[in-house]
Amino acid sequence: MRIIFTIQRFDPEKDSSPHFEDFELELPPESRVLDGLVYIKTYLDGSLAFRKSCAHGICGSDAMLIGGEERLACKTLLRDLGAAEGASIRIEPLKGLPVQRDLMVDQERFFSSYRSVKPYLINDGPAGPKERKQSQAEREEIDDATKCILCASCYSACPVIREKNPAFIGPAAVLNAARFVFDSRDKGTAERLPALDRPDGVWACESKFRCTQVCPRGIKVTKSINLTKRKIESLRK
Amino acid sequence: MQHEYDAVIVGAGGAGLYAALEASGAGRVAVISKLYPVRSHTGTAQGGIGAALGNLEEDKPEWHAFDTIKGGDYLVDQDAAAILAEEAVQAVYDLENMGLPFSRTPDGLIDQRRFGGHTRNFGEAPVRRACYAADRTGHMILQTLYQQCIKNEVDFYNEYFAVDLIMDGPACKGLVVLELATGELHTIRSKAVMLATGGFGRMFKTTSNAYANTGDGLALALRRGVPLEDMEFYQFHPTGIAGMGILITEAVRGEGGVLRNRRGERFMEEYAPKLLDLAPRDLISKAILSELKRGNGMRGDRQIDDYVLLDATKLGKQAVEEKIPDIAEFCRVYLNIDPVTQPIPVQPTAHYGMGGVPTDHNGRVLRGEGRGSYAGLYAAGECACVSVHGANRLGTNSLVDLVVFGRRAGRHIADYIANADMGHVAAGSDSYARDKIGRLKTGKGAHGGAIRETLQKTMMERVGIIRTGEDMRAAVSTVEGLRDQYREARVQDGNAAFNTDLLELLELENLIDLAYVTAHAALRREESRGGHTRDDFPERDDARWLKHSLVKLTDGVPEFSYKDVDTSLFAPKPRVY
Repeated sequence: MRIIFTIQRFDPEKDSSPHFEDFELELPPESRVLDGLVYIKTYLDGSLAFRKSCAHGICGSDAMLIGGEERLACKTLLRDLGAAEGASIRIEPLKGLPVQRDLMVDQERFFSSYRSVKPYLINDGPAGPKERKQSQAEREEIDDATKCILCASCYSACPVIREKNPAFIGPAAVLNAARFVFDSRDKGTAERLPALDRPDGVWACESKFRCTQVCPRGIKVTKSINLTKRKIESLRK
Repeated sequence: MQHEYDAVIVGAGGAGLYAALEASGAGRVAVISKLYPVRSHTGTAQGGIGAALGNLEEDKPEWHAFDTIKGGDYLVDQDAAAILAEEAVQAVYDLENMGLPFSRTPDGLIDQRRFGGHTRNFGEAPVRRACYAADRTGHMILQTLYQQCIKNEVDFYNEYFAVDLIMDGPACKGLVVLELATGELHTIRSKAVMLATGGFGRMFKTTSNAYANTGDGLALALRRGVPLEDMEFYQFHPTGIAGMGILITEAVRGEGGVLRNRRGERFMEEYAPKLLDLAPRDLISKAILSELKRGNGMRGDRQIDDYVLLDATKLGKQAVEEKIPDIAEFCRVYLNIDPVTQPIPVQPTAHYGMGGVPTDHNGRVLRGEGRGSYAGLYAAGECACVSVHGANRLGTNSLVDLVVFGRRAGRHIADYIANADMGHVAAGSDSYARDKIGRLKTGKGAHGGAIRETLQKTMMERVGIIRTGEDMRAAVSTVEGLRDQYREARVQDGNAAFNTDLLELLELENLIDLAYVTAHAALRREESRGGHTRDDFPERDDARWLKHSLVKLTDGVPEFSYKDVDTSLFAPKPRVY
């Protein structure tokens, strides 16, 4: 099908502000948006800057705004966008993070928020010679959160970060804290509280559910944030 | 800019991160990656990591070692396979203790499932050996190791691309890297450098591999005179999504899925009567090609891009959602089908390089021809060849390899940097890298994209699953032509900052050099063994070819030498399943 990619371009060495550029492509409807971007880079304009790696929705490199929504370019097929023959698809970088060039954003703030919640198992007790036991039900409690690929889609979509509190650590950081807070093997909740139990931590979240809506891994992010809030409240009692 | 570290690790996948964790206690260690953290290809490994825990039925490391050796068609170094199988057990416990969320048995132990070629009692029947976390085992290994690196405050250089090794005779003194954000070249002086850059599946058209898998570590070692081992052995995974190459894990078959041809026949019965759909990957990929050539593919047109079906409909909805949820999602997103009720169209996809930078059991890179190892140069993971995979890797053993030998390399680096002196790095050590990039910016020729496409198509069609001398001679000649074209290639993007065009052109050079030695190595090996199958030499030939190949590139010309295979445990036998 004939399709037009309307791509936001920004070159900090030359441009004072971003602008849009159209690329006309002929692609099968089952093509990934990423396939179209790679075609442009290979044959039309080598200077188009975007990140990519695994190309099947696992590595988290290619989150961007496609038709105004946070999506992975490798997990979004043209046919899913419902675009008609000759229609235009708007492609922009994620919001809430500084644009480095074209579709590339600086993810340092996103990753430093993630690191701030101590996203690793904390348990200084002896593990014994083999595995620590964990029941299937206990394992199931953290299953959803372990799917996170740190693509920053939720961070971009969060209206709180954009409109009210840019210091909010963001949905992914809380989710990845919850991944350990609710792990039966973890003893580190108290150590994570300084990052979580504060105005820029879990309490910044207003349950707008945008994170859950855009998550390309289908994670119930808002639910996880709310469970973390309740856990913190229960610890105060 | 100049930097100084006790050790530099190139690559932030499983092998690199594990080594960084082990070495970081002993000195200043940096991890260089051309990607952001957790984007590395280890994260896409799906089905499991093999270890003889025996949580559900009796199992022993000796059986795992035997399966690995037989699976590798006896080209495996057996002493290395024994280490792999023995240390896998503790490695899995250690990963669990670090927090890895393995799936569990009803008793709360690490759950285990069946995988291709993994058997009990030396081949009797499939055994439950693959420890797994749903179908995102690699994702969880990568995340767990990165989390531990955060805890241990390992230094990361994200989006830095390794361009050159700084060698002083048989000693490695450091590394030259390109910073993507600025286009600046950095020189890192270091007592030890470890290559952990993963695979090079992007030399083939249809592949399960990430765009990033361009063999960077192997290629820059090759250009500095380091030999590469067994490059002719490349694995084609039997079940990639037809037309796309995206991996459908062997765990689908481990959980009960079966392959069927257009007549609905479970055709593996004919090729591997005992292990059926859980035979090793090389045999299944060849069986699929045979079916396609007999007109039993779904289109029935006898073309090699025809496909067969992977039928998981017997698993039931619950097993699909719990055991292989990501696979179910791939099917829904990319194929618009539900694997609970519809079979999955699959065809073989380029997946894993068995060969690589030759190392000893501690990750030290070998010089070849019995000359010992380089000082301060290490490698582990897919970019290395120790050799535990021989002519064909068993499923799950890639994760075992990178954990066991990544860790061993890290420990050895920790000991080494405690006693080694920081070497001298002469001014202008980056001149090779600087000249190369300068040439690419002023080239007069075409953009690299067309060269890359021709390379991938050539390698897929002529150095693929079934090979002939005639095809491979043609491939060598085509790749030589592409190499000439590359000398004139030009970066379109004139910027310094975030010049991904330049990065891709540097990656293309790596793919061309590796494709060239792969095609040459495959042409020279006149036998069929594991992942290397020749129509013109259909039998395994132990008398002539029970040996590892080593290839060097001297002024662009490949030079071969050979080395013995360690067969100290099991005498080579015909391989039947």
